[in-house]
Amino acid sequence: MLLRLLLRYLRPHTRLLIGVVVFQFGQSIASLYLPGLNADIIDNGVAKGDTGYIIRLGLIMLLITLGQVACAIIAVYFGAKAAMALGRDLRGAVFHQVGSFSEREVSRFGAPSLITRTTNDVQQVQMLVLMTCTLLVSAPILAIGGVIAALQQDVGLSWLLVVAVPVLLLSISLIVVRMVPQFRLMQVKIDAVNRVLREQLTGIRVVRAFVREAVETERFEQANLGVTLTGLRAGRLFALVFPVVMLVVNVTSVAVLWFGSFRIDSGSMQIGSLIAFLSYLIQILMAVMMATFMSIMIPRAAVSADRISEVLDTESSVLPHHAPVTSLRATGTVQFRDVSFSYPGAESPVLHHLDFDAVPGRTTAIIGSTGSGKTTLVSLIPRLFDTTGGSVLVDGVDVRELEPDLLWSRIGLIPQKPYLFSGTVASNLRYGNPDASDDELWEALDIAQARDFVTAMPDMLDGRIAQGGTNVSGGQRQRLAIARALVKTPEIYLFDDSFSALDTATDARLRRALGQRVAGATVIVVAQRVSTIIGADEILVLEHGEIVGRGTHDELLASSPTYAEIVGSQLRAEEVA
Amino acid sequence: MNFGPSARRLLGRLRPDRAKVIGVVLLGIVSVALTVAGPKLLGNATNLIVDGFFSSKLPAGATQAQIIAGLRANGQDAQATLLSGMNLNPGHGIDFGALGSLLSVVLALYLFASVFQWLQAFVLNGVTQRTVYRMRRDVESKINRLPLGYFDRTPRGELLSRVTNDIDNISTTLQQTLSQLVTSVLTVLGVLILMFTISWELALIALVTIPLTLFITTTIAKRSQKKFVAQWAHTGALNAQIEEAFTGHALVKVFGRQREVTARFADKNDELFQASFSAQFISGIIMPSMMFVGNLVYVGIAVVGGLKIASGTLGIGDVQAFIQYSRNFTQPLSQLGSMANLLQSGVASAERVFELLDAEEQSPDAGDAVAPTPGPGRLAFEHVSFRYDPETPLIDDLSLTANPGQTIAIVGPTGAGKTTLVNLMMRFYDLDSGRITLDGVDITRITRDSLRSRLGMVLQDTWLFGGTIRDNIAYGRTGATEAEILEAATACYVDRFVHALPDGYDTVLDDEASNVSAGEKQLITIARAFLARPSVLILDEATSSVDTRTELLVQQAMRALRTDRTSFVIAHRLSTIRDADLILVMEAGSIVEQGTHAELLATEGAYYRLYNAQFAAPVAEGV
Repeated sequence: MLLRLLLRYLRPHTRLLIGVVVFQFGQSIASLYLPGLNADIIDNGVAKGDTGYIIRLGLIMLLITLGQVACAIIAVYFGAKAAMALGRDLRGAVFHQVGSFSEREVSRFGAPSLITRTTNDVQQVQMLVLMTCTLLVSAPILAIGGVIAALQQDVGLSWLLVVAVPVLLLSISLIVVRMVPQFRLMQVKIDAVNRVLREQLTGIRVVRAFVREAVETERFEQANLGVTLTGLRAGRLFALVFPVVMLVVNVTSVAVLWFGSFRIDSGSMQIGSLIAFLSYLIQILMAVMMATFMSIMIPRAAVSADRISEVLDTESSVLPHHAPVTSLRATGTVQFRDVSFSYPGAESPVLHHLDFDAVPGRTTAIIGSTGSGKTTLVSLIPRLFDTTGGSVLVDGVDVRELEPDLLWSRIGLIPQKPYLFSGTVASNLRYGNPDASDDELWEALDIAQARDFVTAMPDMLDGRIAQGGTNVSGGQRQRLAIARALVKTPEIYLFDDSFSALDTATDARLRRALGQRVAGATVIVVAQRVSTIIGADEILVLEHGEIVGRGTHDELLASSPTYAEIVGSQLRAEEVA
Repeated sequence: MNFGPSARRLLGRLRPDRAKVIGVVLLGIVSVALTVAGPKLLGNATNLIVDGFFSSKLPAGATQAQIIAGLRANGQDAQATLLSGMNLNPGHGIDFGALGSLLSVVLALYLFASVFQWLQAFVLNGVTQRTVYRMRRDVESKINRLPLGYFDRTPRGELLSRVTNDIDNISTTLQQTLSQLVTSVLTVLGVLILMFTISWELALIALVTIPLTLFITTTIAKRSQKKFVAQWAHTGALNAQIEEAFTGHALVKVFGRQREVTARFADKNDELFQASFSAQFISGIIMPSMMFVGNLVYVGIAVVGGLKIASGTLGIGDVQAFIQYSRNFTQPLSQLGSMANLLQSGVASAERVFELLDAEEQSPDAGDAVAPTPGPGRLAFEHVSFRYDPETPLIDDLSLTANPGQTIAIVGPTGAGKTTLVNLMMRFYDLDSGRITLDGVDITRITRDSLRSRLGMVLQDTWLFGGTIRDNIAYGRTGATEAEILEAATACYVDRFVHALPDGYDTVLDDEASNVSAGEKQLITIARAFLARPSVLILDEATSSVDTRTELLVQQAMRALRTDRTSFVIAHRLSTIRDADLILVMEAGSIVEQGTHAELLATEGAYYRLYNAQFAAPVAEGV
């Protein structure tokens, strides 16, 4: 997964990577060359007592060092650029992918997890690439170069390498293998911290109202402990790595001296060579250590890469059609043809075989008790979900065959939870129609009965709206959401229980003004109150996902016992006093 | 960024583990001492080899002095000087016995060094994890002490980023730098001392690197710090944008804003790229620079060491040891350099966390605040004034009294300040002037916890946490029994729909729970308040998403709940509040009318108009 992800997203930065390799190569060659020079100084300079030779070689060493630094800095430049660009591209790709998701995928992953994946997980992969570019690339070059140079110094001792390197690799991989599961857990635990805290922030009023700070603290404590314990376990394994590496390196250098001494004694090796061999050996082992040290990062990054790939590989259950219909006669008819829908894994379907038409100039109302499937029905029209049976047609075309942008441009949705975005009143109103003039905004506010409170805000249209619209009241939020849909001037209006937070006088005035504005449009209203839908052209009574009655208010009173019961309950409610 | 103070403060966070930190330093000293002693002994071993090598070439029986004298006589001065620095035993080869025992000592030394190193890393890991754990815990408890206004101002994603991304970054930083910091500093010191014992001239060359290192590091770090601050600030901002886009996912789509949102994201994403690239590159220069300094020392020592060997003042083994020391000396230095970017990045994150921890808290409970025994539940507003925003008038000189057992209904247009009254009763915000009393005690003199546990609240916005339905109802009161939970669920008609769910009360409500409708969620919140058995009940539009048939049932339950309880009901459906003992009609932050339903209808004022609008108008509507 990690490799596949890297191959795919590093491809555009191939040139940078080539730069990294070239300059790291130069850098490594330089650091390989230095111990050889040093041996030369000892063997040819010191042994012969040639001071001039020593100084000459010293200057060459310095020149090489300068070149090495230049190469290293350039390599860091390319490396940092490639790694950070990779991070940017991955974040972009994940964000884009989530954008294509339907509500089903978003709720499957959960928003908090999607957020962690877009930032924290990408961060892990990005850091791995950065470290690889700045440190790891030079490791194999140093190791291989070191082996060659060491062999040049003395072939007789090279068997030590054959022993030391595998021992080092084996001992480290034994540790790393045990770390992988801990790292996998780590990201899951971070998700949990994120989720608990996000919930706490969202429900902060409820938490305080029920004096449940202690309970929330306890819940957070659990999540926090989870991360900490996992971190502790991973860290304990990690603590082993460095001492083990050092032990192998040190034991090997002792061995070089011991066995080297025999070779010197027998006259088959020079002293300078022994010292150089030792330097190369340490260099090789350091390179191997560096590589393994980096490999510590790999497990966590691999886990993150899996989580990122999981998002990238998830196809939206609502896919645009391969040859979508891109133009429509602008009327706004909505037709449900034998529509059924069930949530994945649910036993019984939410909607059963629905058939109805909503046409321009008419209001179709849907009434039914809590949980009867009203909101689900509305979500099918803008394709927030796709039907599991039958089809939904807009202007005679199956919504699945329509170009999504075209479909959405037809629809004005006022959701049950009137979510507002952080920004200003105006930026929220222009959400569906960025080009709307201020006059158009005010007109929409007039209809939505929101002019008064917007005028009362110190900055009026530029008044600040907090994320979710939490700084205005529920009713104000609902009216802004209605105005937002009006500014868009769509052909189809979907009111999903959009008047529930309004007081009745406002509700009545709003609907009177609205009646004129949306006269030529197709209007679908989901409501709880009979008073809201009493004048609708057609009322559908929904019960357990089925249409159990349809007609006008008067017809239904006579024909539908369920409707009569709903009306009765509301009248009774009015009469209880 | 204030690197110094923030870094010190971050270190200060280790204080609760100070015994362990001292242990880490002690273990570090031991393992460094052992590691540092290694090369010196290895140097001795090399000297033994060299001595043996030269000795074997010399005629047996002659002494070292005789041989040197002989060489000088032959005019081979350089050779003579070279040999005079050695400990020769002419005629004999390498003394393998001495070499073997010396190398065994070295082996043992290294073994112990590794053990101590491991112990140190082990303890340090615990210190790091606990420090980060405490930091997360402190942030969470801080969140409980922040005034609600803070959350109105700060995007959720930004706060979340501080708890996850920033703290995660701090954890990485502590883990990767602390152990190295300790060993690096100790190694530099230890190596330096040993260097002086071998040759003070060579040691001076090494010493020069310290000021050089400091100069280079601080010069570069000064530039990269700003970039690191920017990097983490951009991460927070990006996180906030992502959080919002993912939360409002459906709306973004239906309103055709995908492209726009993506473009805005791309801008922020690019800013983050620029900042993090600059930060990494600039701080990435430190390590090669340190490498250069290290090699400078290497060359210096080789040249001077070579000259000294030639002049016979030092043995080859000593120079070899010195060269290894110079690696041991410059390696931790360049390690310190490479840590600079981690450290800076970590401190930048720490600063963001400290900023949150330092945010102004809500006024604490008064020192003499009490937790009075539950009284009858008389709640009174006395000349209360309040504004969220000093510029915008809201509630001005409002007074009202709710007597025990009374149901007070508050009606009025949206934005009249009804929800604000609830916020003030719950002490989510403090008053600008006037006071609110509960059973005669000013609520600012009651601890928040005790005040809130006496007020039960059901809000317009349903909030449930990710857990089972049972857990969500049980949220209302600690230690509620299963029977009590079932009783509340039955009374609030939760039981009815729960039975239709495959998992019943164990149904997990996830983030965007699609298995439970908005109305059903609201019923759960009502059951939650029911279970809390408060003495004052506040229902803020509690039934707006519940269908009228269900509402009727809920109201019957509520009526039972309201008996002997003071209740505030905010409602738009006047049907909900007709049986209230007192109806307050609010407009623009003040009470314009009050009385019973019948009285208010008779006066034909604001209430009368509202009432008529509700029951007369809809019939004529086309929508």
